[in-house]
Amino acid sequence: MGILKFFILILSLQLFSIVATAEEQETKIAFLAYHPDRGPVLSNLLPEPEDRGLNGAQLGLKDNNTTGRFLKQHYSLVSALAETPAQVNNIVTQWLDSGIRLLITDLPKNELLAVTDIATAYGAIIFNAGSYANELRTDECLPNTLHTLPSRAMLTDALGQWSTARRLQHWLLIKGSQPEDIAYSDSLKRSAKRFGVKIVAEKTWSFDTDLRRTAQRELPLFTQTDEYDLVVVADERGDFGEYVMYNTWYPRPVAGTQGLTPVAWHRVVEQWGAAQLQSRFEKQFQRWMNSKDYAAWAAVRTIGEAVTQTRSSDMAILFNFINSDQFQLAAFKGRKLNFRSWSGQLRQPIPLVQPRSLVSQPPLDGFLHPVTDLDTLGFDQPESSCTVSFNTAIK
Amino acid sequence: MKTLKLSLNLLASSVISSVLLSSIATAETAYVSNEKDDTLSLIDLDTLEVTETIHVGERPRGIIFSHDRTKLYICASDSDTVQVMDLSDHSIIAQLPSGEDPEQFALHPDDRRLYIANEDDALVTVVDTQTQEVLAQIDVGVEPEGMAISPDGKWALSTSETTNMVHWIDTETNQLVDNTLVDQRPRHVEFNKEGSIVWASSEIGGTVSIIDVASRKIQHKLNFKIRGIHPDKIQPVGIRLTDDGKYAFVALGPANHIALVDAKTYEVLDYLLVGRRVWHMDFNADQTRLLTTNGISGDVSVVDVENMKVIKSIKVGRYPWGVRIKP
Repeated sequence: MGILKFFILILSLQLFSIVATAEEQETKIAFLAYHPDRGPVLSNLLPEPEDRGLNGAQLGLKDNNTTGRFLKQHYSLVSALAETPAQVNNIVTQWLDSGIRLLITDLPKNELLAVTDIATAYGAIIFNAGSYANELRTDECLPNTLHTLPSRAMLTDALGQWSTARRLQHWLLIKGSQPEDIAYSDSLKRSAKRFGVKIVAEKTWSFDTDLRRTAQRELPLFTQTDEYDLVVVADERGDFGEYVMYNTWYPRPVAGTQGLTPVAWHRVVEQWGAAQLQSRFEKQFQRWMNSKDYAAWAAVRTIGEAVTQTRSSDMAILFNFINSDQFQLAAFKGRKLNFRSWSGQLRQPIPLVQPRSLVSQPPLDGFLHPVTDLDTLGFDQPESSCTVSFNTAIK
Repeated sequence: MKTLKLSLNLLASSVISSVLLSSIATAETAYVSNEKDDTLSLIDLDTLEVTETIHVGERPRGIIFSHDRTKLYICASDSDTVQVMDLSDHSIIAQLPSGEDPEQFALHPDDRRLYIANEDDALVTVVDTQTQEVLAQIDVGVEPEGMAISPDGKWALSTSETTNMVHWIDTETNQLVDNTLVDQRPRHVEFNKEGSIVWASSEIGGTVSIIDVASRKIQHKLNFKIRGIHPDKIQPVGIRLTDDGKYAFVALGPANHIALVDAKTYEVLDYLLVGRRVWHMDFNADQTRLLTTNGISGDVSVVDVENMKVIKSIKVGRYPWGVRIKP
């Protein structure tokens, strides 16, 4: 009896797969995240959701399948949350061996480099939905890789434009001592130079007292420098930055990783139909959609658009279509989005948000560019030594 | 002396009442839905002033009249219902089971079947306006928005903003029978009077597709270009065609212009500056006036169609969305 059932199962599976291949174009996507421990932080009130990114990919999958239904196209998603860098490589290799050629990753830069190395040999396409690193868009560009998450430079340039438009031309820069903080602060300095902002002082936070008790006492003194119009903070993990607001020597606004924050996405983005995307996300996952979710959603939707338009499952065709000026993605930011062909970076407006409202969404009027004003954010072609291309499988 | 005064009074009052009567008899009224005020603004087309503001359900967007124009149907998106307003006294006389988040709809020539796009649920709901029953729910693409019914009543068309398709629903069977892929974020569909051609606007794609109804294929694509405005900001939404088949007006959203298009050659003839983020439009009965709703500037622009000039802008509520003019 048991054997009979087993055979029936196999038979029905085979039948199903025959039917499916005869009628439907199947697109398999994989999502991989690795969230390294970022160490203890002073402000530990609001942890990031563990399923960040993944939920965005899942929503994108649903959107793709609703569309795919009418075109006999079907999309599936596998996902994993790795616990160690070694696991990252193992999981990816397994997926590639099982035939998956579309990878969406929320990985730190080094893990992403390793994955790209492995996956390129298989002729896979990698979507970076996890690393903000500028180098990946300037001189360490990766073959077969597209970035749906903005670079740090895009974020800080958005802040620079807003700051200039508001005539806040003098910054006090405060940074943490983690590598990401230094990267963010370097990006801020680049933006300051770009938009003619003067940095009156640059300070590194290295105090180790608990700010929940002494913020009022320590920060006013720490921020006592030449007069500034704006305090910019580079503290990506939220160690001390949460305590800067309302505690500065001069009563000035705070922006950067805390205060007025440039992001890829936030709940307060509601215009251009975004309210619909937000409510679909909330309904399905009972939380707010964040930047990582948006980047993963955009990656899945990019795949969907490319498959819909080309009707192809060939990775080279998909990659070259996505990275061409024929590609366009409606992504709730008020205009069509496409990729910078040299770096594989998704061009996109950058919302500047505070917890309960959208303040601005650069590029702002008056910041001009010969090709598209979206390229006033982040590294433009002349500033980048990249030419991203697609390598077919060598295995 | 006394009789003279009386007769003067009589004369005066009869003059006034005859003026009033004639204005009641001839004045057309525009109904404008204000998305973020939960109200309708009523505009007198003679004086071009707002005469009344009426509270309705939450987030009113699409509005249409019954064929005899005694009732107004209102998509109250956040109240998840379609309200039916009696136009004789502006009372809400019914709430139709519209499905969730109704945004736009279209009324079948039979004056009974209302086809409603449920934006959050990827559905089109068909409601009988007399029995107030749901007749069917049809799966369509993600974020359905535009709805139109062909003049012969055969086709119900729905556009889905994230799936980027025009869906063809057979109204006999309420089955989806075909899809036409169009550019990014299709918002609105409009049949020509003969029912041979469909105009479909793509907001993010920046185009209007002209679709042949017989073959359900795109036969032409309109592009727009306005000096000094970035192409990405030219985002077509609402479309209206003149009854004589000569012209089409296309609202271009954040480009703050409407395009005047030759409906035969598909050549763009002119661009008229209106308010900020222009959504939808409607003509008065003799098509000498066109009103546009301007979402961000919170006003309605009045176009003199004969001279192709914007003659006035009228402040209404916050985020005006739909407009319909009652003769």
